[in-house]
Amino acid sequence: MVYEIIVGGNAGDKAGGKPHRLELEKAAAGWECRLDGQPIHVDAVIPRRDVLSLLVDGHSYEIKREQTATDLHMWVGSARFAVELRDPRSLRSRQKAAGDEEGPRKILAPMPGRVVRLLVAENSDVEAGQGIVVVEAMKMQNEIKSPKKGVVKKISATPGAAVNPGDVLAIVE
Amino acid sequence: MFKKILIANRGEIAVRIIRACREMGIATVAVYSDVDRAALHVRKSDEAYPIGPAPAAESYLRMDKILDVAKRSGAEAIHPGYGFLSENAKFAQACADAGVKFIGPTPHSMKMMGSKTSARQQMEKAGVPFVPGTSRGLASPEEGEEVAERIGYPVMLKAAAGGGGKGMRLVHTRSELRSALESAQSEALRSFGDSEVYIEKAIVNPRHIEMQILADEHGNTVWLGERECSIQRRHQKVLEEAPSPIVDPEMRRRMGEVAVKVAQAANYTNAGTVEFLVDQQKNFYFLEMNTRLQVEHPVTELTTGLDLVHLQIQIAAGEKLPFAQSDVAIRGHAIECRIYAEDPDNNYFPSPGKITVLLQPSGPGIRRDSGMYEGWNVPMDYDPLLAKLIGYASDRQQAIMRLERALYEYFVAGIKTNISLFLRILGDADFQAGKLDTGYLDRLLAKANPAVASLAPKPEINAPGIKTMETIAAIAAGMFAVLDPASSVGKNGGAGGTTSSGSATLVSNWKQKGRSEGLR
Repeated sequence: MVYEIIVGGNAGDKAGGKPHRLELEKAAAGWECRLDGQPIHVDAVIPRRDVLSLLVDGHSYEIKREQTATDLHMWVGSARFAVELRDPRSLRSRQKAAGDEEGPRKILAPMPGRVVRLLVAENSDVEAGQGIVVVEAMKMQNEIKSPKKGVVKKISATPGAAVNPGDVLAIVE
Repeated sequence: MFKKILIANRGEIAVRIIRACREMGIATVAVYSDVDRAALHVRKSDEAYPIGPAPAAESYLRMDKILDVAKRSGAEAIHPGYGFLSENAKFAQACADAGVKFIGPTPHSMKMMGSKTSARQQMEKAGVPFVPGTSRGLASPEEGEEVAERIGYPVMLKAAAGGGGKGMRLVHTRSELRSALESAQSEALRSFGDSEVYIEKAIVNPRHIEMQILADEHGNTVWLGERECSIQRRHQKVLEEAPSPIVDPEMRRRMGEVAVKVAQAANYTNAGTVEFLVDQQKNFYFLEMNTRLQVEHPVTELTTGLDLVHLQIQIAAGEKLPFAQSDVAIRGHAIECRIYAEDPDNNYFPSPGKITVLLQPSGPGIRRDSGMYEGWNVPMDYDPLLAKLIGYASDRQQAIMRLERALYEYFVAGIKTNISLFLRILGDADFQAGKLDTGYLDRLLAKANPAVASLAPKPEINAPGIKTMETIAAIAAGMFAVLDPASSVGKNGGAGGTTSSGSATLVSNWKQKGRSEGLR
């Protein structure tokens, strides 16, 4: 197996991460892996869902995987890394890699909640970081912000409606 | 002794009370709202009855429905926990009228302590030290200016019926006072239906230290030591410890005696907490009395060896306190972390949802009072407190190390939690030195977030260029994808919940795609 992997900083943000090429091949015992060409022998088991026990050169690591509608994180001890994993043979992964910053961006609900109000109208110009929709959960209100500068193409959120994580609230192009 | 108790609460505190009842051989009755059918307190109780829809005002705050369940189930007493109806004198009265014992103080004591101005008037009579200011609402802005001149700026305006920071204004100069008073009064009216606002001297960077008391119904009142509660944000406590790093036995005795005097002045019975503000010269001033079991009661239980819930039930059943003040000894050190469903990357905004993975710590000196379990859907309708993790050891330093170890073992996925915040606090030099005040946490959060990895093993892999934790994360991501392919490829590691990119169009997320198209 070959993967292209971007690992972000310790703070959980993938910004600034460089892509690594990881090759994994089953060996007689454990796995032969090459990370950016460097050979490393690892032994890996999944003792329970989303938990990986990794032995590298005698060192033992317990890594926890956290997946949400929008993120994938690896926890090495109490350090968290945002990770993006691509299979270079997959056409869609390549398309995605090419089109990351261009084109329409969907704004997704990060948590379950209720839409309180809209801060902009469709077709208005917005700056990156500008609030688009206010969502309330556990008696706190949260502004969901635009990931980029552009035009609000569509607002799917309706005030009063309940939303689930991953629901599209708006599209900015 | 009671044979059956109804617990008018939910979450970790309901589970805590159910456990005490089971230990004492008392049957338990839980109540639950529509979204709490699968909650832990319902699973752990002997009987459970629905009391209405998710909003608390239609379920956990409905006195009539709760008393109806008490009647139907034959419960002889109601434990209110904290929050909800726990400090509601009307509810305590309604219980008395229905012939059900309310496990807590009398409605009369609650009423006296419920209003901050009436509490100040009582304390003035009893000779308790409190922050200089008025004990009655301000009649006019002129009166406010006159009092402020006398006690000196800065001053704090506070709603008599207040709580949670509502109706509170800090005023630095005379010119700000009039408009601050007007806005505090209108906020107090909107929040509490009562515009009474009084004035007191603002204590700069105070500590918040509270004293636990217990009083039986035969006139015996004891104090059980203080809790340091200065680590707060949005006027909500985040981490508490006992004893306080600055309180010595002499100061503890003086605070304890004042707290007992406060309780006696209010004819107080059952468990209660007297809160003090402590200034930089270690002068302490009465702030208010909480007429309920506190969230942070476990740190007192660990340092005194007493079970406060057992004692609450015994007192309510008419028993005498089984010990005297001279029997109370403080031993060791305990620190509590309040685990909230909050997103540290998004200004600690609440984060409800389904818990997909839960790994919980245990081992020496660790107590965990929790209302969550793997697979549970944390509802969005209530307080975000999920669990309390308490470390106990022979001294403060060891308690800190134990908690760091336990936090390292704690892992919650599916929702965000503030677990990482506690590693920051416990590793902070000021915290370790005991330099705390109510502004501590805001100052800590204003600093850049250092990498929280102090407990992680240092990778020393013997291969050139393979040195970092990032490397381990990269290999792990690949291994997960190979060993558990139901997963990772195509998932986009974003910068947190507030933004997202084209990831929703990715094939790996058919469900999400279907959902988003359904919205068109």
